[in-house]
Amino acid sequence: MQFMLLFSRQGKLRLQKWYISLSDKEKKKITRELVQTILARKPKMCNFLEWRDLKIVYKRYASLYFCCAIEDQENELITLEIIHRYVELLDKYFGSVCELDIIFNFEKAYFILDEFLLGGEVQETSKKNVLKAIEQADLLQEYFHIMAL
Amino acid sequence: MEAVNLLSSNRYTEKQIGYLFISVLVNSNSELIRLINNAIKNDLASRNPTFMGLALHCIANVGSREMAEAFAGEIPKILVAGDTMDSVKQSAALCLLRLYRTSPDLVPMGDWTSRVVHLLNDQHLGVVTAATSLITTLAQKNPEEFKTSVSLAVSRLSRIVTSASTDLQDYTYYFVPAPWLSVKLLRLLQCYPPPEDPAVRGRLTECLETILNKAQEPPKSKKVQHSNAKNAVLFEAISLIIHHDSEPNLLVRACNQLGQFLQHRETNLRYLALESMCTLASSEFSHEAVKTHIETVINALKTERDVSVRQRAVDLLYAMCDRSNAQQIVAEMLSYLETADYSIREEIVLKVAILAEKYAVDYTWYVDTILNLIRIAGDYVSEEVWYRVIQIVINRDDVQGYAAKTVFEALQAPACHENLVKVGGYILGEFGNLIAGDPRSSPLIQFNLLHSKFHLCSVPTRALLLSTYIKFVNLFPEVKTTIQDVLRSDSQLKNADVELQQRAVEYLRLSTVASTDILATVLEEMPPFPERESSILAKLKKKKGPNTVTDLEDAKRERSADVNGGPEPAPASAASTPSPSADLLGLGAAPPAPVGPPPSSGGLLVDVFSDSPSAVAPLAPGSEDNFARFVCKNNGVLFENQLLQIGLKSEFRQNLGRMFIFYGNKTSTQFLNFTPTLICSDDLQTNLSLQTKPVDPTVDGGAQVQQVVNIECVSDFTEAPVLNIQFRYGGTFQNVSVKLPITLNKFFQPTEMASQDFFQRWKQLSSPQQEVQNIFKAKHPMDTEITKAKIIGFGSALLEDVDPNPANFVGAGIIHTKTTQIGCLLRLEPNLQAQMYRLTLRTSKETVSQRLCELLSEQF
Repeated sequence: MQFMLLFSRQGKLRLQKWYISLSDKEKKKITRELVQTILARKPKMCNFLEWRDLKIVYKRYASLYFCCAIEDQENELITLEIIHRYVELLDKYFGSVCELDIIFNFEKAYFILDEFLLGGEVQETSKKNVLKAIEQADLLQEYFHIMAL
Repeated sequence: MEAVNLLSSNRYTEKQIGYLFISVLVNSNSELIRLINNAIKNDLASRNPTFMGLALHCIANVGSREMAEAFAGEIPKILVAGDTMDSVKQSAALCLLRLYRTSPDLVPMGDWTSRVVHLLNDQHLGVVTAATSLITTLAQKNPEEFKTSVSLAVSRLSRIVTSASTDLQDYTYYFVPAPWLSVKLLRLLQCYPPPEDPAVRGRLTECLETILNKAQEPPKSKKVQHSNAKNAVLFEAISLIIHHDSEPNLLVRACNQLGQFLQHRETNLRYLALESMCTLASSEFSHEAVKTHIETVINALKTERDVSVRQRAVDLLYAMCDRSNAQQIVAEMLSYLETADYSIREEIVLKVAILAEKYAVDYTWYVDTILNLIRIAGDYVSEEVWYRVIQIVINRDDVQGYAAKTVFEALQAPACHENLVKVGGYILGEFGNLIAGDPRSSPLIQFNLLHSKFHLCSVPTRALLLSTYIKFVNLFPEVKTTIQDVLRSDSQLKNADVELQQRAVEYLRLSTVASTDILATVLEEMPPFPERESSILAKLKKKKGPNTVTDLEDAKRERSADVNGGPEPAPASAASTPSPSADLLGLGAAPPAPVGPPPSSGGLLVDVFSDSPSAVAPLAPGSEDNFARFVCKNNGVLFENQLLQIGLKSEFRQNLGRMFIFYGNKTSTQFLNFTPTLICSDDLQTNLSLQTKPVDPTVDGGAQVQQVVNIECVSDFTEAPVLNIQFRYGGTFQNVSVKLPITLNKFFQPTEMASQDFFQRWKQLSSPQQEVQNIFKAKHPMDTEITKAKIIGFGSALLEDVDPNPANFVGAGIIHTKTTQIGCLLRLEPNLQAQMYRLTLRTSKETVSQRLCELLSEQF
């Protein structure tokens, strides 16, 4: 995967994870173009499209668009499932996740994403294991918080 | 700095925040980088898995080159160490992958590679997943190292696929066992050809069949996630089958499965099915099977509401096109073109053009298709497309008349696209005469038709139309005055654009000054183009994928050459008083800057332009034949091979001559160290003086360089100089030698004389040394006209009514050398029944007679 973007129906970016190195300017440009293209698509259209020389896989969950850019040889359907698995993780962690959760706890969203994907590839496919790792990290945080008091 | 401090703290939160900060805001500040790397190194060395995890995540997220330098050696060790925790192993694998992607050269292959392959057998499926990703990327660069992974992957895959749904517990996703891992394993297998080991291959085939079977079973869950995961595995399996391309029944099954998907309710599946079928269509086994679905695809093209799906349908139609369905497919694509999205029109135009050309049985259909194309999507018809049409029409005589007629009809439409005017103008200019007989398309009507569009066109089109008008002047003298009026009008002669003005002025002058013969020669019909790779294909490749060499420069060169209506008439050589001085020929053009006088008086050239005369290659094959051809003519191609073409043009006057040697680089790569050398034996050097200038040692691809050789005949000579060319092409060293056709007869000046004078001199030259006679068999058909032409080409004057036998040929001339002038008489007697000739040469010098006889005998 080259990058993943989350944005709202109004085009506001909620989360961006880049797995390739690009300058800030380029990132902004890509984001702008892609957001426009995807928002222009109608609901019944298929979830894949070709953009520049990449394949874009996107899915809308409630008010958020989840968008991934993958290379030519990668499997699109499995990417769709990656998106879905990520949403499930968020759901399990936050309990019935909604956009506000992501806005207020964006660092947690990043942490979960990092446990699930690393360097653009799927790291751990077991939902249980990912959530366990996140729980452990949370525990450590609380532990140190208590210790510091 | 604060962040770096945080990194070194032992508290998890602080460390975490520190790392987060670094990942987001890293830049190339070297001080900080060193400190950061230090901190990371400490964390990696610590046995604490959480810290190691954090460190690895940071490296993976940043993945900069400095980090790669620092850690590329460490990480593989962590990866294969026995005591690393699973989660750390996963992170390490993916971290290594990231570093490899950014700096592949810094990740050395070592003995850790075999251990990594073993990870495929690990219990923990997460580790297996990570390892598979890593191996897939590494195997693309070093397939040998990771060959053993193939069998492991196959066994793992079959275990997963055949497992019951409760086996894998948490790794089962909506009743599909480990979909991500299956997909990754299948991707890994695509890096390698089908396994040779029959056991492994058998297992793989079984596996794939199981996957295909499962697709047919009723779904275990209604959720879309289940079907997506299942189908993801299925599509990847189909990709693998296509990649292997070895099992026909698997291919056919895959094709049928895809065919089912083509009509599925879900748009996603239809899209993917179309995409996969594109790759299937190129495999020979399944091409037929793919074609059976053509109706569905065409239907999809017409009814799909999603433009990306329609685009895929077009791609598939292009891929599955072959002779049987070409016409149908092209027709469909044309009708789609009318309503297509603007962004994809150009691509579709190129594709239609390629298909039409490739599968045209009847070229009239091809012409129709292209004209339709221009009509429908004129703006998107790029130059290459209509260049190609012109090339094909010119190369094929049978279609020229039809093309002229169709173009004429098409031009009558009130609103024509400019490209149509271009094509029409060109074709009518060349072949308008083929339809001029019909009163509806008489020359005047043709001209008026074209001229009515003239003012609506852009400058290049107008330039083309002006050329067409002058061609009309040649073809149809009756419209000459009309056209001249047009050319004469102020809007042309004083046109703001230089090209148009120049053309108008020149063409006007040409039409007034030149006689019909010259006009006819100048404006002769375009000769057929040499066959070459279609530049359209090249353009399509360029659009679809970068970095392909195109042949556009060829097409462009051809264009610019023919629009100017062929070569200018050769300037009438000024009759100059022959003065045997160093100033050669006295032609209008000033001679090139005086050649640096060669050091020795003999006129050696070897020193002038080559530093070290390397071994001369033996004479190129065909050199002798070419040489013989040039005895009686002065211009032509001396030598040609894949890389180089050598052309000659020479002029001689008395004992002096000038030869232009043209070296053409037929390739698209530069020639370097290009050194032509003229080699003469010592004997020859004394008799023949050759002077030349050095040539630029670099010859660009497709370019032509010229070399001038000034020749002076000191005395009669028998040998011929050898031209040796050495150059570097690509990485190879090329060495070519040909004989340069500078022969004694070039310095032959014809002399007219009456019959008595001839016989008088003939008797004078009656001593045996002065006469040389040769009886030989005719090598070429004994045609009188050709023979006469050859004798004249040889340099001798052909004397009529001298010999009592009218079938004999008699000639006379003078050989001019610096020292002397030698009179020569020749008589050629043909014997048609025996197909033989008797040639008699009488000159005042024995060697001359000998040589001339030799040379001339070869010609017949």
